[in-house]
Amino acid sequence: MRKLALSDEILLSVEKPARYIGGEINMIAKDPSEVAIRFCMCFPDVYEIGMSHLGIQILYDMLNLRKDIYCERVYSPWVDLDKIMREQGIPLFALESQQPVKNFDFLGITLQYEMCYTNILQVLDLSGIPLRSENRTLEDPFVIGGGPCAYNPEPIADFFDLFYIGEGETVYFELMDAYKEWKSLGADRISFLKMAAQIPGIYVPQFYKAEYYEDGTLAAFKKTVAETPERVQKQVERDMSDTFYPAKPLVPYIKVTQDRVVLEIQRGCIRGCRFCQAGMLYRPIRPRDLEFLKKRAEQMLHSTGHDEITLSSLSSSDYKELPELVYWLIDEFQGKGVNIALPSLRIDAFALDVMSKVQDVRKSSLTFAPEAGSQRMRDVINKGLTEESILKGAHDAFTGGWNRVKLYFMMGLPGEEWEDIEAIAVLSDQIAREYYTLPKEERNGKVNIVTSTSIFVPKPFTPFQWSPMISKEEAEEKRYFLLDKVKSQRNAKSIKYNCHDADVSELEGIFARGDRKLCDVILQAYRSGCIYDAWSEHFSYSKWEQAFSDHNVDMDFYLKRERREDELFPWDFIDIGVTKQFLFAEYQRAKEGQTTPNCRAECAGCGAMKFQCGVCVEGKEA
Amino acid sequence: MKARIKFSKTGSMRFIGHLDVMRYFQKAFRRADIALSYSQGFSPHQLMSFASPLGIGLSSDAEYLDIVLEDGEPIDDFVLRLNAVMNEEIRVKGMTVLKEDSKTSMAVLAACDYLITVKPGQQSFLMDRARRREAVERLLSRNTVDICKKTKRSEKIVDIKDNIYRIADERQEFEDFTGVSYGSLALDLSKYIPVLYLQLTAGSMVNIKPELVIEALSIQEGEKYDWLSYQIHRMEMYADLDAKKGEVHTLSSAVPCKLIPLSEYGKDDCIGR
Repeated sequence: MRKLALSDEILLSVEKPARYIGGEINMIAKDPSEVAIRFCMCFPDVYEIGMSHLGIQILYDMLNLRKDIYCERVYSPWVDLDKIMREQGIPLFALESQQPVKNFDFLGITLQYEMCYTNILQVLDLSGIPLRSENRTLEDPFVIGGGPCAYNPEPIADFFDLFYIGEGETVYFELMDAYKEWKSLGADRISFLKMAAQIPGIYVPQFYKAEYYEDGTLAAFKKTVAETPERVQKQVERDMSDTFYPAKPLVPYIKVTQDRVVLEIQRGCIRGCRFCQAGMLYRPIRPRDLEFLKKRAEQMLHSTGHDEITLSSLSSSDYKELPELVYWLIDEFQGKGVNIALPSLRIDAFALDVMSKVQDVRKSSLTFAPEAGSQRMRDVINKGLTEESILKGAHDAFTGGWNRVKLYFMMGLPGEEWEDIEAIAVLSDQIAREYYTLPKEERNGKVNIVTSTSIFVPKPFTPFQWSPMISKEEAEEKRYFLLDKVKSQRNAKSIKYNCHDADVSELEGIFARGDRKLCDVILQAYRSGCIYDAWSEHFSYSKWEQAFSDHNVDMDFYLKRERREDELFPWDFIDIGVTKQFLFAEYQRAKEGQTTPNCRAECAGCGAMKFQCGVCVEGKEA
Repeated sequence: MKARIKFSKTGSMRFIGHLDVMRYFQKAFRRADIALSYSQGFSPHQLMSFASPLGIGLSSDAEYLDIVLEDGEPIDDFVLRLNAVMNEEIRVKGMTVLKEDSKTSMAVLAACDYLITVKPGQQSFLMDRARRREAVERLLSRNTVDICKKTKRSEKIVDIKDNIYRIADERQEFEDFTGVSYGSLALDLSKYIPVLYLQLTAGSMVNIKPELVIEALSIQEGEKYDWLSYQIHRMEMYADLDAKKGEVHTLSSAVPCKLIPLSEYGKDDCIGR
């Protein structure tokens, strides 16, 4: 019988004890005493969210392929257990061995969204690991961060010993080998960090010093030791069909957010939407081979017993062999009770045909993400979607029997005018009207449209990284304006309007483009009780406000300024391939309302060509 | 082809709730390439139902799951194949092919056997043999055993005296009564100290939780009842051969119970086990 870290008494008193017992199907079991390196992979949010993340499943599988490494997992204990662990002094433990995280060699934390930052501190704190890197000793694991937020690691730089910039498939083994070598030398922590810093993609924040002008902007960002590079090179897996991808993913006992097989069909995106960070970070687009995907789909469905498979990518419609893959999945698995989910599909004839085969048209809704209401605004953000194609897609969907539509928009986009906001209501209404162009006998009851707006947050490494963010007050004003406009549409009764919380978006905006001055603020917010900031029921804006004011850090500095062209950004030391020149040129084109063609239509010279893979070399091989 | 599976649930799996065990089995069948019949419609699901949900924290040697296998599905190595893809703490112990017209476990469940143990490191007045014998005798000599039955919606006082079919403090005595030989249990009895064996009314009409009996005994003896001290282990589930639909036979009923383990109930004798 597996020995659990928590007593029956505790497990029976917390919500969903299955979050803490591990032992899931396909969990890797090794004897911790027989490995050279113990790696604990952490998603700093609750189990159900963390277990749904593909990246950890890939790295978990990859690291455990090596006999000398045992990779285990840990997630943020929910607030009920958090309280008990603090009261009783129970150290945070990994799910596999149920042993304390503090005894590990590495604690790897994935950074998927800014609002998890206080949960990082929770995990460190409950583990008994000093929160600041500078206070750690040989008794502590090395704390390494990775994932999309690692592309601007500066607001949390003090809490990490290292960051892995880029895709995990490339240099983790190199880093692990360096660690073994260092361990055999019996040297101090700094020596290992110096060895690590020489591996491409590894960033050691304490080896760089930030200097600021009086106005708070960055004057210089200098390396302080000889061993480190001036700029850190983003890691790219060049061959997506000859790389690590789990054949036996973990199967949780409780229902998690992504309770299905996830098949990543490609990485990257050709579209070049100017608000989208992932679209720039993961350039160039790299599709996986159809045969690779078929094989993995088969293996994963068989090894997990899941009854659903979903395709994952930023824009599935851009995967060239999508029809072939999807029809194969339907033929092969639908008869066996396997459901096929297809997110990120552009609504066209193929999509509608496939969806009518895999879902109940009457019960399901179709999703469109026009992102902006007016054509002018869609051109500003380079969302290559015309009003005509949206309405045609909707019309075809209605003809096919759908009557529910979800629409996603952003508010606060650069250069947005009142009429652009009004256009959101107008477009929603036009879609409703499209429904009523159908003869009555072909309609399936009333049309049902859900229009949602989120607040646009400018992100690093996008053309809008220079742009100011909309203020909370303005967002509120626009929201009421839009609500009013929705109400005055002809089909107002068929349109439901939802809006995202402005307080959270504001903090997200600060951290996204923040600098090292924010480390103290985050630490204080955590000390004053902030955790699970991504969960509205736990988010406390007033505590954050207090933390900013106590440290004399001005929120508006991060939010309201339009940055100068030549301003040095805290994240500029990272080389993602896509150049700052390209991003700035795109920013100018956005202001002029000029669109830029997608990567397959025409190369825009973004800089990702240096990686010599994916779409950049498509059709150019031999 | 209707079939009934008997399985054990112990260790960390005690913390997996009933609906999650259902999901667990759905996935396990697919991993084992065992074809179950599906319901019709756009979101088809495997046809299966449990006899009785086991509360979180309890362990068991006799959980029952009814399934419908696709025609022609091989049954020879069924248990082996299923166990090969299962966790060590949920094990399939047997499979019975049922007659096509047999009722579901849930519909026919009439009684359950439980073993009450004291958890490692915990104390209870029931650990003293003389003391527990006295307590049991006192309980049996009472005319009524009133206890507060709490549900999510209400609290009411019920008399459970008639629903305690048997209360024994030794395994042999209990086995003699039930006629079942339980064999080695999935609960480690070198760590968990057995104190009482119970047979209680169960099912959709009346369901008596074993906790209520320990609580009643504690109140009777003037002892504090701490539910965390006890590990309750389900040992068997029964159908009542003489009960008609909606009927519950208790100790005071004119017709006595005629209990038969669910693994034997509705069995299709034409097909081997």
